[in-house]
Amino acid sequence: MSEQTTVHLIVTRQDGPDTAPYKEEFHIPYRKNMNIISAFMEIQRNPVNSNGDKVAPIQWESNCLEEVCGACSMVINGKPRQACTALIDKLTQPIRVEPMQTFPVMRDLVIDRGRMFDALKRVKAWIPIDGSYDLGPAPRQAEIDRQWRYELSKCMTCGVCLQACPNVNSDSNFIGPFAVGQVQLFNSHPTGKMNKDERMDALLDDGGLQECGNSQNCVQACPKGIPLTTAIAATNREATKHMFKKWLTF
Amino acid sequence: MGTKRSFFNRRLHSLLGVIPVGFFLVEHLFVNYKATEGAQAFTEQVEWLWGMPFLTALEIFGIFLPLMYHGIYGLYIAFQAKNNVNNFGTFRNYMFMLQRVTGVITLVFVMWHLWETRIYKEIHNLSAADLTEHMAGILSNPIVVVIYIIAIIAAVFHFSNGMWSFLVSWGITIGPRAQRVSTYVWAVVFVMVSYLGVSAVIAFADPSFATQLAQ
Repeated sequence: MSEQTTVHLIVTRQDGPDTAPYKEEFHIPYRKNMNIISAFMEIQRNPVNSNGDKVAPIQWESNCLEEVCGACSMVINGKPRQACTALIDKLTQPIRVEPMQTFPVMRDLVIDRGRMFDALKRVKAWIPIDGSYDLGPAPRQAEIDRQWRYELSKCMTCGVCLQACPNVNSDSNFIGPFAVGQVQLFNSHPTGKMNKDERMDALLDDGGLQECGNSQNCVQACPKGIPLTTAIAATNREATKHMFKKWLTF
Repeated sequence: MGTKRSFFNRRLHSLLGVIPVGFFLVEHLFVNYKATEGAQAFTEQVEWLWGMPFLTALEIFGIFLPLMYHGIYGLYIAFQAKNNVNNFGTFRNYMFMLQRVTGVITLVFVMWHLWETRIYKEIHNLSAADLTEHMAGILSNPIVVVIYIIAIIAAVFHFSNGMWSFLVSWGITIGPRAQRVSTYVWAVVFVMVSYLGVSAVIAFADPSFATQLAQ
């Protein structure tokens, strides 16, 4: 049906972690149902830019190709999102593809999301269940809590919320909205609750929850529709209680 | 485990913005509205305020120091953000940006306003009637009137939207519905308080206000 025969891409490339980024244009043959990943694969097969020069193929990361792993996050036409679900037919051309520069760029569209995993370690985003004896089954959880936790559990550490947040940048040490959602996830679990003060202490440290400025971009940008701003406000309430409890108890 | 200093500072910044700074802004604009009833009414209102017990202590600890903390820490917050309304043109993201812009406008204006009113009054030892006359003199310049109106609207916006974020930051309004209702409530407050502030400026700028003074 479509009359277009080529796809015009403008890709922000970078040869290495310490080199300057530059833009490169590509015109590739159009096929039906293409997404950004299949467009990159096409460039891989025939790595020639718009000037006809043979160039190094574009580097990117991807795994699942169904928007559940978070590996192929990049900025497409100004919006951070997954390349696998960015369908060419639904994008305005020329399509501008850039790496998520909130993170260190390794090469082309490959970024290092390591800071997110450091943040998860910092806020202890897990439930300690290992003991030298059988700890027994976890307490049952109410259906309504399970539903809330299911939404939060969809986080795939893709980094889109950090890229979207105006308060995550080189001048700030904010660990990012996703970490707050994960603290909610584990603090609302019947077994996880037992360590909730440890997580809260870690979350309220420098660069934590308080760095949120309520722009609410995270909830708009999250590809999994995680209620991040609700998680943030709910955690703010917990933090208020936590603060007063600490002042009045110790 | 760190000291949680930034959490404490941020929460203090949020609290001081409401009590006492936000409260003072609203009180100030309510009092100024008396100017719409004429120079005499305004002067009497100022005299009543000046008759308050512990006035100097209230001015220093209830207004000046909290305002300075909120303003200076606020500048740090404002310049830390990297605004991205071009890529995320949502209502809340615009509010986020405007909160920072109006905060800076308000701080600059307040410094100037403090210099030409409170400090001027102290240096020249003005009476309430003198101060009313001085104020009418300042607002006889149409450029100053425009600056005052812009600054008052900026300050009231910063207060109203700041109240919205205060309710989120302290975990009072949590869900999207509660936050949406809060947006409407504070929008109404913004319009009402701005009306009070702007009316007072217009009353001062009115030539008949100066004639009343002469009598």
